[in-house]
Amino acid sequence: MKNMDIRSKTYGDVLVLSPTGRIDHANSEVFRRALNPLIERCSANGQRLVLDLAGVDYVSSAGLRCFMLAEKQAKSQGGAIVVAAMQPVVNEIFEISRFTLVFKTFATVRDALAKVSPAALKAFDAA
Amino acid sequence: MRVRFWGTRGSIPVALTSADIRHKIEQALALAIASGVDSPEKLQNFIEHDLGFSISHTYGGHSSCVELETGRAEYLVCDMGSGARAFGNRIMSRRDGGPPPVINVIMSHVHWDHIMGFPFFAPAYVPGARIRIHGCHDVLEQAFRLQQSAPCFPVDFSRLAADIEFTQLEAGASYDVAGFRVTPKLQRHTGGSYGYRFERDGKTVVYSTDSEHKLEDPAETRGFVEFFRNADLVIFDAMYSLLDAVSMKEDWGHSSNIVGVEMAQMANVKHLCLFHHEPAFDDDRIESVLNETIRLEKLTRTEQPLKITAAYDGMEIEL
Repeated sequence: MKNMDIRSKTYGDVLVLSPTGRIDHANSEVFRRALNPLIERCSANGQRLVLDLAGVDYVSSAGLRCFMLAEKQAKSQGGAIVVAAMQPVVNEIFEISRFTLVFKTFATVRDALAKVSPAALKAFDAA
Repeated sequence: MRVRFWGTRGSIPVALTSADIRHKIEQALALAIASGVDSPEKLQNFIEHDLGFSISHTYGGHSSCVELETGRAEYLVCDMGSGARAFGNRIMSRRDGGPPPVINVIMSHVHWDHIMGFPFFAPAYVPGARIRIHGCHDVLEQAFRLQQSAPCFPVDFSRLAADIEFTQLEAGASYDVAGFRVTPKLQRHTGGSYGYRFERDGKTVVYSTDSEHKLEDPAETRGFVEFFRNADLVIFDAMYSLLDAVSMKEDWGHSSNIVGVEMAQMANVKHLCLFHHEPAFDDDRIESVLNETIRLEKLTRTEQPLKITAAYDGMEIEL
């Protein structure tokens, strides 16, 4: 895989990123490269970020490591990342890996926005 | 082929405390009451079938020492952690007036938890016993001598009565040791550690402890997948959660249960044994990690099922 599409959409002061497919050893580096500029943009603008994983059906350890690197990057620049809409398998992998200790997780993107930013929730509901 | 675990704990030996034992008793009695155990027969059945391993047993606390039965009148063991004391006692008890034993030791590396059992390894004090210590580090002999030097230990290495030889191995080459084809591989760990692939009579065991697998380097991952390829058993350093392994404990030289499952699946391994348990984990926690790892394997299974166990002191695996 040479490219990975990560759809992005801004609601108020929150950027929602929606990758799709599997994030595994074969494409984690591609995923990381695609994620980096989005994290930089998010942090530079003081935006918070929601990772919408509804379209992701599997994440390997290499994919989880990308999330961790993104979280470190966002945190170092004053940003924050939360995770939303995980499929059941990905949710279990998050729990087994203990990533739930680092990432706040929400059942839906709307739930995440409601917690992160009232303005973003308003924009989401209006969209 | 039989593999016997004499020490399974990582970094430092641990022991059950009085509070731990009381906790087990409380758990067992509460479950017995809830199960309506009211006769000796029911009690035996309850202990055999209803009591979880973490309550009825312990994973144990000795540091790394794993024996591979050779089927010959000589021994083969990986590492000389604190489990080596009990291993040595077994050798002595089985000797029964016979000739002095011959023991082949294969060393992953010389960090303290992997050599600390040797000063208490009874055969080292037996005249005529032969101990052949194999490893890839050029400081192998130095490390063994150093830990038995004043003021750290009362018996200097030079006073050991056994005939002790040190044999330098090289990663990537294969050697015949006690009837096994033995192939070392360099692993990511402070000071370097070596995993070993043991092959005999169509069976393969990989001993891979104190090894950090980062997986972002595809070539490195492929190399380890080939090293594990089609093994009947991989004894794997699963000391940390993945979270710890990629965050605060990154570069500490150990791996996680999740990476173990992924690599074993890629390599078509039959049995993954979680090893080098975190000393901070109690029996409940290790059992929980085991159950989660079994669940992960089911969630991610692609082809043949991968058997998963957690090593404990005294565990035997027949291949």
